[in-house]
Amino acid sequence: MTSLPESTDRKLGLVIDLDTCVGCHACVVSCKGWNTENYGAPLSDQEPYGADPTGTFLNRVHSYEVQPDQGAAQLIHFPKSCLHCDDAPCVTVCPTGASYKRVEDGIVLVNETDCIGCGLCAWACPYGAREMDAAEGVMKKCTLCVDRIYNENLPEEDRVPACVRTCPAGARHFGDLGDPNSDVSKLVEERGGMDLMPEQGTKPVNKYLPPRPKDRMDRPAPAQAEGDIDVLAPFLKPVAEEPKGFIGWLDKALEKL
Amino acid sequence: MTHHQPRIDTSPKVSDEVRKTTCYMCACRCGINVHMKDGKVAYIEGNRDHPVNRGVLCAKGSAGIMQHNAPSRLRAPLKRVGPRGSGEFEEITWDEALSIATDWLAPLREKDPSKLAFFTGRDQSQSFTSYWAQNFGTPNYAAHGGFCSVNMAAAGIYTMGGAFWEFGQPDWEHTKLFMIFGVAEDHDSNPIKMGIGRIKERGAKVIGVNPIRSGYNAVADEWVGITPGTDGLFILSLVHELLKSGRIDLDYLARYTNAPVLVNMDETSPDHGLLLRDEAGKTLVIDRKTGKPAPFDQKGVRPDLSATYRHGGTTYKPVMHLIAERYLDPQYAPEAVAARCGIPADKIRTIAAELARVAFDEEIVLEQEWTDFRGETHKVMKGRPVSFHAMRGISAHSNGFQTCRALHMLQILLGTVEVPGGFRFKPPYPKPVTAHPKPHAKVTPDSPLDGPHLGFVQGPEDLALKEDGSPARIDKAFTWENPMSAHGLMHMVISNAHAGDPYRIDTLFMYMANMSWNSSMNTRGVMDMLTDKDESGAYVIPRIIYSDAYSSEMVAYADLILPDTTYLERHDCISLLDRPICEADAAADAIRWPVVEPDRDVRGFQSVLCELGARLNLPGFVNEDGSQKYADYADYITNHQRKPGIGPLAGWRTGDEGLTHGRGAPNAAQLQTYIENGGFFIKHIPDAAAYYKPWNRQYQDWAVDLGIYDSPQPYIFDLYVEPMRRFQLAAEGHGDRQPPDHLRERIRETLDPLPIWYPPFEDAGVDTDEFTIHALTQRPMAMYHSWGSQNAWLRQIHGHNPLYLPTKLWEAHGFSEGDWARVSSAHGQITVPVAHMAALNENTVWTWNAIGKRKGAWALDKDAPEATKGFLLNHLIHELLPPKGDGLRWANSDPITGQAAWFDLRVKIEKAEAPTESQPRFDPISSPVGRGPDHLEWKVGK
Repeated sequence: MTSLPESTDRKLGLVIDLDTCVGCHACVVSCKGWNTENYGAPLSDQEPYGADPTGTFLNRVHSYEVQPDQGAAQLIHFPKSCLHCDDAPCVTVCPTGASYKRVEDGIVLVNETDCIGCGLCAWACPYGAREMDAAEGVMKKCTLCVDRIYNENLPEEDRVPACVRTCPAGARHFGDLGDPNSDVSKLVEERGGMDLMPEQGTKPVNKYLPPRPKDRMDRPAPAQAEGDIDVLAPFLKPVAEEPKGFIGWLDKALEKL
Repeated sequence: MTHHQPRIDTSPKVSDEVRKTTCYMCACRCGINVHMKDGKVAYIEGNRDHPVNRGVLCAKGSAGIMQHNAPSRLRAPLKRVGPRGSGEFEEITWDEALSIATDWLAPLREKDPSKLAFFTGRDQSQSFTSYWAQNFGTPNYAAHGGFCSVNMAAAGIYTMGGAFWEFGQPDWEHTKLFMIFGVAEDHDSNPIKMGIGRIKERGAKVIGVNPIRSGYNAVADEWVGITPGTDGLFILSLVHELLKSGRIDLDYLARYTNAPVLVNMDETSPDHGLLLRDEAGKTLVIDRKTGKPAPFDQKGVRPDLSATYRHGGTTYKPVMHLIAERYLDPQYAPEAVAARCGIPADKIRTIAAELARVAFDEEIVLEQEWTDFRGETHKVMKGRPVSFHAMRGISAHSNGFQTCRALHMLQILLGTVEVPGGFRFKPPYPKPVTAHPKPHAKVTPDSPLDGPHLGFVQGPEDLALKEDGSPARIDKAFTWENPMSAHGLMHMVISNAHAGDPYRIDTLFMYMANMSWNSSMNTRGVMDMLTDKDESGAYVIPRIIYSDAYSSEMVAYADLILPDTTYLERHDCISLLDRPICEADAAADAIRWPVVEPDRDVRGFQSVLCELGARLNLPGFVNEDGSQKYADYADYITNHQRKPGIGPLAGWRTGDEGLTHGRGAPNAAQLQTYIENGGFFIKHIPDAAAYYKPWNRQYQDWAVDLGIYDSPQPYIFDLYVEPMRRFQLAAEGHGDRQPPDHLRERIRETLDPLPIWYPPFEDAGVDTDEFTIHALTQRPMAMYHSWGSQNAWLRQIHGHNPLYLPTKLWEAHGFSEGDWARVSSAHGQITVPVAHMAALNENTVWTWNAIGKRKGAWALDKDAPEATKGFLLNHLIHELLPPKGDGLRWANSDPITGQAAWFDLRVKIEKAEAPTESQPRFDPISSPVGRGPDHLEWKVGK
């Protein structure tokens, strides 16, 4: 079994805004493209033009319907990749030391040359964030684009994970969640960012920003108790009920212009 | 094992070179950085400098590498050897292919150019392909707008000189409330996603109006799950509420719209309903300062919204009176429309109140002086921070034109168009409707057409009719059946050609249009029409030429295939003459260029047209000595001049003193300069010209300088569309050019010059008690029509398209997961897999479009789920309405523009035994390209 570092210098990770994610899969495919061409073995595809196409993806978007007690159902898009946990069970379960967590930034990686493809880490991960590559027989996972974020061959502004760079809605944020003054930490603070499945005790570094309240216009009857604050505008007050009255109002209103 | 951390290279080489071009994975035209390794495409990302996408890129764009290398790519010109529809071809040389095409087309041009119908699908080179068709001399040309969103485009242009998407955009930086109607998830996809992200970052709100709560509607703060086809009624109810409460922008309406323009109210007059004009043809208003009529644009005039005028025994009322009289009617009250729209009356009231609150109580002011077209200088730019966007969802109905008009009227009444925080035009818009061409259809053997095919009619005199009154065009565009069909009716071409109605053609020539599958209504019927033979055994549509890059379903139905390149292997221009990539703050255009050379015997379609045009001796395509004028499309892009100084690309032209933009002579190094500048050109609009563009002198002068107009073109918005009234007058018996009697009533009813709502036509043609359910399609964000599901990566995301059912129907029919349903319309029946979705209008079912595939097409396995479980709703939709017993063929289209009414569809469903495959099933077609590989480990750099 493999040890985790006692602590890491930084906690690099993602903050994913579920209020803004439209479920477009841009992050999924950008990740597939970068990581097929870069870190380690390509992300392979089996039967890519066949009856049951499957392939390795390091990031996938799931969609869930939520049915509140009252009001309309909602659809939540939920992108999921490795959360680079502080207490990563995928690392401690690894029999060869291939899985490890980096001291300098907390990124969890797989050293493919040491990986025997036993799959224990995928079994240990409660998030289903690791995928065995069927062609290469090694475990693949999100690297947080470790080969982009420090890459001196890229312009500085591009030294972010591919999924963050490409997200059209700006729903993905990258930074040091170990630094309380970082932009991502402030965002988590402001928006009530959450851990995914905290009860698992994995201490994930990635955070999710919850959707804001929705459908406030489906309000019950407009009558309100004195002093109640309604964030919505009151119903419009008529100036006229029929065209003649309207034209009378119009004349007066034009005089005031 | 203790912590062990290997050394890794965190700074590997990314690529040998980055080549910047324009994406074509959908119609957005984002800028892309193509990373090259060893001369091959290694990785594609968004171009940060590009005005459209500013670095981001969607799933389609990033999957371009799989499209570029798709096994379905055609490899060489093909000549049909089996029967049509079999997919049996032999490869031929380009010389043979072009000789065949020339031999077929030259005699047509010599005797009757209208025997060629040339329609170009999802073409992004329409200014070029239309120029080719015009030089050929056929009136039968259009692209796919007629089955896409012409209602939106035409309603916008007729109402306010521009529409959504490529015509304009919300003021993302200032808007506080963004309301979207029926937005397909692909159109303008990255800019809208970026905009919604920006809005949410600022805490502004989004209201989504759509029967289906997916995509943008899923993240909207408020969802209005409207009943399909009732958006117009909902909008007019909002208008009712705003008028009744006086929450409209009177100053804006008086200054910038035809609300104060006087209308002839004399029912006995041949000018009844027309606008009062002076001798110069200027529309007249009452000047509040003098109380007398004055031209709308006179210096210092203060147009009066209220005063009436009586002259020569005739009363003239301002348009504003007609608006008040119509929309204050209780038929538009929230209670009166709530049940039909599926929206509670209080919710309609709440939305109206919220629109008014944000527009008027949260007014914003930019400290920016500007001068209007009447010469008045304004110290500030006042803004109403409510913005709207809409697309095909409200457009693809038989009441779509009037619904889109209603939406534009709503934004104008709120004073939110071309103001800070509202909706803003993108150059070359705003552009008054009268500055657009009118349609031309005069055919002369051996000669070009008399002008551009498509345009904007002003009245019956502009219709494309022959001398005997019959339609001049095969698609019957610009006829009494659909007078304002600005984009043509691609969906009627095959049906009409097969029926010989209005006449027979010889050759059908198409580009990028999958007509025998997902791009047609009545798919099986279209296959039959394409393969039908007459008594002599000859095909009813004698010849079909088709160009496509891929082995689509349509390939099998052509006699001659001209294989196109992929988007990374070609030249293109995204031109200001066509559908450019401008922003509200800038004019911009772009190119594609071959970042890799084709490894197959294929050629860019536009380059092929340059050679074919020369072989046919078309005037625009040959030099005086008869030699080929443009060696290829790149040569055309560089050297063609539409008029002196104006060419396909605006950037880096040759001026008197070096390089210039906009107007200038061709520059041999222009394409190279575009490449060096990242594949695009951009010129920013000065701050004083950034808003109020239709009325802003600084903008008008800037636009003239850049070559967008030849002279300033200020205009006012047409809340009242007078050309529509001219068609009504004809239907009432006025004028020389008269509609056929069977269309008089429909023209009177539907071509109302003020927005109206009427039920979708299908509702009148079918038993709505039997067919109670509305059925829709949407495109997934990660796919673009039929291209997506051949893509190895994208088909793993959206490989299945069940029919989604709302809870009420799911429970009523006792469905459970894995079940199948038989879905019937008045026209056809399909049996398909179903799935439950709660966030859905309770009377609506839907599926993703264009995922279903025909076996044998697109290099997919015959057992691919797209072919076995995938399906098209198209089988349930006919291009004609059910017969009315009058022997006439009534198109399933909008009666104003001819837009295909896809979304009028009504169905019924029942639980079905699970078949082995989706029904109907079709025999496999043989593939000219074989099948794709059974595994991929795609790494270019080793």
